[in-house]
Amino acid sequence: MSKSERPNPLFRNLNAKVASIPMILTASVVFVGGTLWTVLYSFTNSKLLPRLNFVGLDQYYRLWATPRWLISIENLLIYGAISLVFSLVIGFLLAALLDQKIRFEDTFRTIFLYPFALSFIVTGLVWQWLLNPDFGIQHVVRDLGWTSFSFDPLYNSSIVIYGISIAALWQGTGLIMCLMLAGLRGIDEDIWKAARVDGIPMWKTYLFIVIPMMRPVFITTLVIIASGIVKVYDLVVAQTSGGPGIASEVPAKYVYDYMFFAQNLGQGFAASTMMLLSVVIVVVPWAYLEFGGRKRG
Amino acid sequence: MADQAVSLPAGAGAVGREALGPSGPKPRHVFSRRNIFLYGTLIVMAVYYLLPLYVMVVTSLKGMPEIRLGNIFAPPLEITFEPWVKAWATACTGLNCDGLSRGFWNSVRITVPSVLLSIAIASVNGYALANWRFKGADTFFVILIVGAFIPYQVMIYPIVIILREIGLYGSLSGLVIVHSIFGMPILTLLFRNYFASMPEELFRAARVDGAGFWGIFLRIMAPMSLPIFVVAIILQVTGIWNDFLFGVVYTRPDTYPMTVQLNNIVNSVQGVKEYNVNMAATILTGLVPLIVYFISGKLFVRGIAAGAVKG
Repeated sequence: MSKSERPNPLFRNLNAKVASIPMILTASVVFVGGTLWTVLYSFTNSKLLPRLNFVGLDQYYRLWATPRWLISIENLLIYGAISLVFSLVIGFLLAALLDQKIRFEDTFRTIFLYPFALSFIVTGLVWQWLLNPDFGIQHVVRDLGWTSFSFDPLYNSSIVIYGISIAALWQGTGLIMCLMLAGLRGIDEDIWKAARVDGIPMWKTYLFIVIPMMRPVFITTLVIIASGIVKVYDLVVAQTSGGPGIASEVPAKYVYDYMFFAQNLGQGFAASTMMLLSVVIVVVPWAYLEFGGRKRG
Repeated sequence: MADQAVSLPAGAGAVGREALGPSGPKPRHVFSRRNIFLYGTLIVMAVYYLLPLYVMVVTSLKGMPEIRLGNIFAPPLEITFEPWVKAWATACTGLNCDGLSRGFWNSVRITVPSVLLSIAIASVNGYALANWRFKGADTFFVILIVGAFIPYQVMIYPIVIILREIGLYGSLSGLVIVHSIFGMPILTLLFRNYFASMPEELFRAARVDGAGFWGIFLRIMAPMSLPIFVVAIILQVTGIWNDFLFGVVYTRPDTYPMTVQLNNIVNSVQGVKEYNVNMAATILTGLVPLIVYFISGKLFVRGIAAGAVKG
């Protein structure tokens, strides 16, 4: 780089700095400032308006004593486990199938990925209709003669979160498949040749050679899925509005409802700080592994 | 990579990923066990993925009596476009009965300026980071990228206060600013990486010829990076059109974007549920990103892959 040799460094820097003003403001005011502000006010008893009236950890004690929050956390864990496992497994299997030098690869990929272009609202409403017990899948199967068939996840509070997960998987697996496919295409053909020469069966080659080689892809995918899980909000709003009762509440919805409906800002801030904490627990180890040794990303 | 893989002769027998054999196409066994399993699985999965779209379209073309009696998978006996007309023009949310058209135009008025503004900011910013690095720039860039992982819920209230202070809370301009802020990390990363991969000589030659910061950007960098601009547009149009959270937080009922209005129409507790109208409204809302998706094809994949893998 010969930047120091270029003339008029002051002028050059000035332009670049002017161009970076939005980034500097966003990074410092919104991201750092906003986050610190929310964390700070989570220690206050703000109700309708934010007030600096510190009450220590009271909001957090109250948060973890609220049944709705506990249900939200439980739902998030179930939803998260299902999303993580199934989107990785299905995404990888679809990618492996598409990677067999098949015909119509583009057509299949287009079909698997199109739900990802749809919003969570649209996804939630479609699956609300498909899972409607009076008209949807349950009704159709009963009409076929199996009258005791029962499949009404959205109206059964013990399994409602699985109904939401089905919709989420339908929407998001295509993305995982695409990432995995890109990873598979990055594997050298020679690896396959060598495995073939050694007579290793295909499934073993995938399991013990290809997947370990795709470690970076898996880790990035994992981080993407994990950060998507914490944010889940619109899907629940569209599909069940948190119901039946409070059975399908999630933390992001708790935050929104306490901030903008219940007029209990302190609770909202405490809940959002807990969400931040959960992301930190996922992202920091990853960032450390990924960028720990290097200076720049 | 995809093209290369496709141009290789297709493997026959039990294993697909094997090496190049002797030259010339191998004999194909179209109905081999492997092919039946492979295409069978893919077709079953494809049907599963297409089914919701099919049910949506079919339901929206039926009348309510037919829906009550029939089967959601059955094609309509009598095709009617009335639900579409009603969804677009007369469906009610609260007191307003002018259909989804209002939400549609709100979404257009939100999406177009948001896409333009966010891409303008991020492209110039990425260019500055790639070619005109100044002291401290990378620090802010790292904060920006890390910030992309912070849940929005942590930042929505401080932004409410900021927008209220500058008098834009509840207005479409306020929402445009919010979309530009949250689009910045991924777009800046996209543009920075793209500009950094362009040959350094190009930049130096332009410098020698006396071009400045904006001259190089407008006359050389931007015209040479049209693909990445297209990727950014695809990413932003779908992302902003599909947004719900920011729409519901930062706008008022008369400026609600389409997604928020759709949710209010379908999930309203008053009145008789008209499932055909609901499905027509749902398709209408999903139509814009779907059209973008089907037109853009490989660029869409590239956009999300670039956005996701490098993020």
